[in-house]
Amino acid sequence: MVKRQFDYEDKYENIQDKIKELVELSGSLDFDLSGEIKVLESKLQAIRDQKYQNLTPWEKILLARNPERPTTIQYLDNICDEWIELHGDRLYGDDHAVVGGIGAFNGMPVTVIGHQRGKDTNENIKRNFGMPHPEGYRKVHRLLVQAEKFGRPILTFIDTQGAYPGAGAEERGQPVAIAQDLMLLSGLSVPIISTVIGEGGSGGALALGVCDRLIMLSNSVFSVASAETCASILAKDANQAEGMAGALRLTAFDLKDLDIVDEIVPEPIGGAHTDPQETIARVKEAIARNLYEVMEKGGNLPEQRYQRLRSIGRYNIK
Amino acid sequence: MLKRSFGKTKYIPVPQDALPYRPAKPGQAVCPQCTSGISEEEMQENFKVCPFCRHHFPMNAHERLSWIAEAGSFEEWDTGLSSYNPLEFPGYDEKLADAREKTGLQEAIITGVARVQGYQVVLGIMDSRFLMGSMGSVVGEKISRAIEKAMELGCPFITFAVAGGARMQEGMLSLMQMAKTSAALERFHKRGLLYISVMTHPTVGGVPASFAGLGDIIIGEPGALIGFTGPRVIEQTLGQRLPERFQRAEFQLEHGMLDLVVDRAELPAVIGQILRLHLGGNHG
Repeated sequence: MVKRQFDYEDKYENIQDKIKELVELSGSLDFDLSGEIKVLESKLQAIRDQKYQNLTPWEKILLARNPERPTTIQYLDNICDEWIELHGDRLYGDDHAVVGGIGAFNGMPVTVIGHQRGKDTNENIKRNFGMPHPEGYRKVHRLLVQAEKFGRPILTFIDTQGAYPGAGAEERGQPVAIAQDLMLLSGLSVPIISTVIGEGGSGGALALGVCDRLIMLSNSVFSVASAETCASILAKDANQAEGMAGALRLTAFDLKDLDIVDEIVPEPIGGAHTDPQETIARVKEAIARNLYEVMEKGGNLPEQRYQRLRSIGRYNIK
Repeated sequence: MLKRSFGKTKYIPVPQDALPYRPAKPGQAVCPQCTSGISEEEMQENFKVCPFCRHHFPMNAHERLSWIAEAGSFEEWDTGLSSYNPLEFPGYDEKLADAREKTGLQEAIITGVARVQGYQVVLGIMDSRFLMGSMGSVVGEKISRAIEKAMELGCPFITFAVAGGARMQEGMLSLMQMAKTSAALERFHKRGLLYISVMTHPTVGGVPASFAGLGDIIIGEPGALIGFTGPRVIEQTLGQRLPERFQRAEFQLEHGMLDLVVDRAELPAVIGQILRLHLGGNHG
């Protein structure tokens, strides 16, 4: 059975509790163990730091999926001076798995768009687990056109397992809705900064990821398809997902090596959810720096974006 | 004239009435749809379409090329581009070697320039025998180069897609080909050039969600499975069976994703008509 939970934290808390018990015991027994307890505590901290610097790809996937991780709306509430959510695709409906609107970023108007998953069951039902339907991608399209009209830079936040694999999504043209976002983004004249804050899966994630700078949190992942999907298709066994996670090279560090990611923002030890304020502050700093660099450099952004995409791929030439 | 204006437009050309069922003789191909027997000559004459029920058999890239392009007019490009195993993905080298040996192709697509119905066009023809026609670095690169060359030549671009999805063994390098090919088409469309996308069986995953979904005109082959997520995965998600013709070309036409569904016997003429209406010529 593949483990579905990131169980390291449970063990850590367990040992922490034992140390607490030891402190209480030593007090009641008139033994002075404070020196030993200090050693234990620092040893535990060192092991924990070590652990988080050496997470396996699969452990990163589990961290990236942690429901406590900050979501797009949390980022927007904290990185924008103010922002207003805009709804609907003007064609069919409003997809709650994608949020978007206009914000003020350090005093500058920007268009903001991101996948939105829930933190509990009720919210996840409303948000469809952050997996958009075509109306979500068409809302994105509408907001992108609006950003171009008003010359607003675009900030996107990627956090989805993928586009929703359901019958309604297919009836309403999921593939074309995604393709049209990819094409539109590539030709916009305004700067686009994308940040992967959790799990990025497949074309449904990429539809928000054609950009001038791609930022990833250090425990986030971005993959051609989920490790489970790849395992069930290639190995005919979803239980081999853990091994597949390594083969797919989906961590932020792998993707930096492949020249797909521009910057990795380090998360606090324990992951983004252990200190959301600090994580969001670091992301804001990275977005600001990248955005101002792109704006200062100026030039023909669609051309630069095209050359950037054009260079991605590995092959032999005879 | 008046009658023509009010007349009902037939949007699925049906070239001929299908013949009645005929049981298979030994040595004949058996149609998977109607189980009729089809001789080798009938297969050739009908461009690999069952003459009894119009079931469309798969066509490989070179069969399709000789069917759609004027004989001897094709000049192939970028034959020297080939895949390797950039992620050192287990088993990928063997799969590539196997596909090359079985198909004689370097990759899942051939690109180049040809004459089609009297017009110069740039062609991209995919082949499902090569790792399910999946899009990896080379497929993405060949398509992008073909689009750029079509812009240089100022001529239309036509693709025949067949794809099981992104080439998983190349990980994110494959996924990014969706963005690359879409970006190339963004420039192509801004130049005012014509792109006709033909989706054949099956066209699913990243290919219809990128270049193949961005045609000015999108045509499906009869019966082709076209969509983002394949039916098996949807069934797993929903926990229930889908209707039999779900995501088939006729279904997608009805749901507004395709401009036309055209029988293989009629497609060259329909492409000729579309080219004529864009590029001019004798409108008869």
